[in-house]
Amino acid sequence: MKHSTFLLFSLPSLSVMFLFIAIPIVSVFIQSLHIEHKQVIIVTENCDPFGCETTTAVDTEASAKLKEKAPLGKFNGFKTYSNRMHFAFDEVGEAWKSSDSFTVFTKKLYNYPLYRALSFTLTYTFVVTPFVLFLGFLVAVGVNNLPKMFKGPTIFASLLPMIVTPLVGSLILFWMVDGDGVIGATLQKIFNDNSLSLKASPVLTWIMLMVYGIWHLMPFSFIVFYAGLQTVPQETIEAATIDGASKFQRIRHVVIPHLMPLAIFITLILLMDNFRVFEPIIGFRAEAHATSISWLIWNHLRESAYPLYNAAGATSMVTIFGVAILLLPVLIRTWRDFKEKNKG
Amino acid sequence: MLFKKLILVGFISLFFSSSLYAADCGPNGQSIRILASDFPAIHAIANSAESNCAGSASEFNRNHTTEARQIMNAAQTPNPAEYTSVIVANSTLVQLMNDGLVRPLDDLVEKYGGHLKSNQLITIDGKIMAIAFMANSQHMYYRTDILEKSGVDGIPATYDEVISAAEKIRAAGIMEHPLVMNLKVGWNVGEVFNTIYLAHGGEFFKPGSAEASINNAKGVAALETMKALVEYAHPDHLTQASDDTQGLWEAGQAAIGFMWGSRGGVILDNEGSSAEVTSNTVLSAAPTVTGGSIPGATLWWDGITIATNVSDSEAEATFAALVSGMTSEMVAANNDDAIWLIDGFKPGPAAAGVSATAQGGAKSYPMFAQMGLLHNALGAELVDFLKGSESAEQALSDVEAVYETAAKDAGYL
Repeated sequence: MKHSTFLLFSLPSLSVMFLFIAIPIVSVFIQSLHIEHKQVIIVTENCDPFGCETTTAVDTEASAKLKEKAPLGKFNGFKTYSNRMHFAFDEVGEAWKSSDSFTVFTKKLYNYPLYRALSFTLTYTFVVTPFVLFLGFLVAVGVNNLPKMFKGPTIFASLLPMIVTPLVGSLILFWMVDGDGVIGATLQKIFNDNSLSLKASPVLTWIMLMVYGIWHLMPFSFIVFYAGLQTVPQETIEAATIDGASKFQRIRHVVIPHLMPLAIFITLILLMDNFRVFEPIIGFRAEAHATSISWLIWNHLRESAYPLYNAAGATSMVTIFGVAILLLPVLIRTWRDFKEKNKG
Repeated sequence: MLFKKLILVGFISLFFSSSLYAADCGPNGQSIRILASDFPAIHAIANSAESNCAGSASEFNRNHTTEARQIMNAAQTPNPAEYTSVIVANSTLVQLMNDGLVRPLDDLVEKYGGHLKSNQLITIDGKIMAIAFMANSQHMYYRTDILEKSGVDGIPATYDEVISAAEKIRAAGIMEHPLVMNLKVGWNVGEVFNTIYLAHGGEFFKPGSAEASINNAKGVAALETMKALVEYAHPDHLTQASDDTQGLWEAGQAAIGFMWGSRGGVILDNEGSSAEVTSNTVLSAAPTVTGGSIPGATLWWDGITIATNVSDSEAEATFAALVSGMTSEMVAANNDDAIWLIDGFKPGPAAAGVSATAQGGAKSYPMFAQMGLLHNALGAELVDFLKGSESAEQALSDVEAVYETAAKDAGYL
C-alpha cells in the first residue's frame, strides 16, 4: 500500500482519536497546572435556630471578578505534582533524611496518599494479572475437553462473573463476608473467633479485593484462550501424539506457543484494567485499608462544593504514565518479535 | 364520551384546587422547580406546597434525591437556574453561598412569612438567606433493659460513663461490642471527630482566618476519647454508616448508640425490629466530656432557599408556595417525621434526643466557607489513628497538612 493511500484510509480514525483522546488529555494536563484563584473571605455573623456564631463566607462578587480575568485559574506550574497529594518531594526527602532504616522510610512513605494508592494498585495488578492468565487458561483447556453437550452451558456459567456488573458483584460479596453473612459467619465458626472480620483487617481486605478481582476477570482470559484453542492446528497435535508426546507435553510444546500472541494481548488488557481498579474499593467500602489511583481521582472530585480539578488532573496524568510504564516491557518484546520475524 | 369525562375531571379538579386555594401563592402562572434531599420531612413540606399552590403555577416540579448535594452547584450556576429553590442544610447552604447561588429573602419574608417564627430565619450578616423548618443532630440511643441487666446506674451522661457502661455490658457477657457509631471512612468518621472535638471545646480554625487549628491538646483528647469508644464498637465500624448502624440497632445487637435524631422515628416504629428492642430504646442527649457542659454533637437544620439566577416573580411564587406549607396543620399531620421548628410541634419520644442535645447547648455544624475541605481531610486521615498505626499527634498533623494542600489549591489559603 502506498503511504498516501494508507494515510487517507486511516484519516477518519486518526482524526477521531485526535478529537476525543488527544485533545481531552492535553486539556486535563493544562488543568493540572492551574489552581483556583484566591477566594476573598469575609468574616460574618451567622444566626440559626440554635444561636449566633462568627464564621467566614466567600465574598462572591470579589471572587467572581478574579475568575473572570483568568477563567482557567491561577497558574501553578508543576507544584500540584510535587505537593503532598502527589509525589510529596519535600516530605519524602525529609522522611529519607530522618529514617535510619528502609523499613522506617517505607512506613513513612505509606503516609502519603499517592504512594499508599500506588502500593495497593501495583500489588493488585501484579497479583491479579498472572492469576487471571493462568486460571483462565486452565478453565479454557478444561472446557475444551468437555463433551460437546456440556460445553454451551459451562461456557455460559463461566462467563457469569464478568456479566455481573463489578459494583453489584462486589456488593454481593461485601454482604457475604459480613460478620452476619454466609462467608463471614462460617469463617468465624471455623476459627472460633467471634470478632474475626474480613473488613477490619488490612491484610484480609487486600486478599478479599484480589480474590474478587481474579473472580471477576477470569472469564475474560478464559473466553479469549478458548477461542484461541479452536485454532490450534490438529495436524501438529496429531503428529506430536504419534511422536509419543504426553497430554502435558502437547500443551507445553504445541498449544502454549500457539497461544503466546493471545497471552500477550490478554496481559496488555489486564495490566491496563487492573491498574485502574476502582469499583471493588467502593463496593467493599475498603477505603480504610486499600486505595487505588483511580479512587484518588474520584476522591479529589467527590466533594462537589470543592472539586480539586488540578489534583484530579494531576492524578489522571500519573495514571496515564503508570499504564505506559507498565505496558512498555510487553510492547518492546512484541516489537522485537515482530522485527525478528520480518528478518527471517 | 371520553371527552365528556375529561371535562368533568377538569371541572372537579378545578373545583378542588380552588376550594383548597386558601394559601397565598404569590404571582400566578409561574414555574416552581424544587431540588431537595429525599426523606419524609422534606416530602411533607414539598407535598403541602404542591397541594396548596400547584394549581396556580404553570408547572410544579420536584426532584428528590439523596445526591442533591452533589448536583446543586452545577444545577444552579447557569442563568436561568435549573431549580427555583433548593432545600438545604447548614453545610449545603455554605456550599451554595460560596458560589453566590442563593438570594436574600428579607422582602419575601415580609410579604409572605408572617406566620414564620423568628428562630426559623437563618440570617447571615443580618440578611435572611434560608428558612429552616426542622432540626437534626446526633445523640445517644440506649437500651434500658441491657443497661439495667449489666448493673449500670442511670443514663451515661459523659463519654467516660459511656465507656464504663460499655465495659460493664461486655464484662456481664451480654455483648462483646455494645456500641454502634457511624464511623464509615470519609464524611462519617470526620463528623464523629467534629462532635467529640466540639464537646472538648475545640475550635476548628484560627479566629478570622482559614488556617486550621485542630492539632492541639483538645484535638488529641478528642481522638483519645474516640479511640476508647471504638474499642467497644463493632469490628467493622470503619465501613458502617447510618443504614448499617440502624440495622444493628434494630437487630438488637447494640446497647448504646450514637446516631442521627432523624433515625429515631424509624427505629421506634413497629417495623424492622422486635418489641423487645423498640420498647426498651430511649433517646437522650449526646454525652459531654467529664466536667464539661457541651454535648458532643453538631446541630443541623434543614431549610428552604431561593435561587439567585431566576426571575423575581418565579422566586416570589416559589417562596410563597414553600412557606405556605409551613403551617401547624402540616406539622400536625406529620408530627413524628421530624423535629419541626414550626409552631404546633408536639415532641414525642423520637424527638427527645435532639431537643435534649440542643437544650444542653450543643453547637451548630460550623458554617465556615472552607469547612468542607477540613471535614474531608479529617475523614481521610484519622483512619490510620483509629486502626492503631499512627499516633494522635501524627494523625492530626496529617489532617492539617492535607487540609492546607487542598485549601491552597481551592484558593482559601
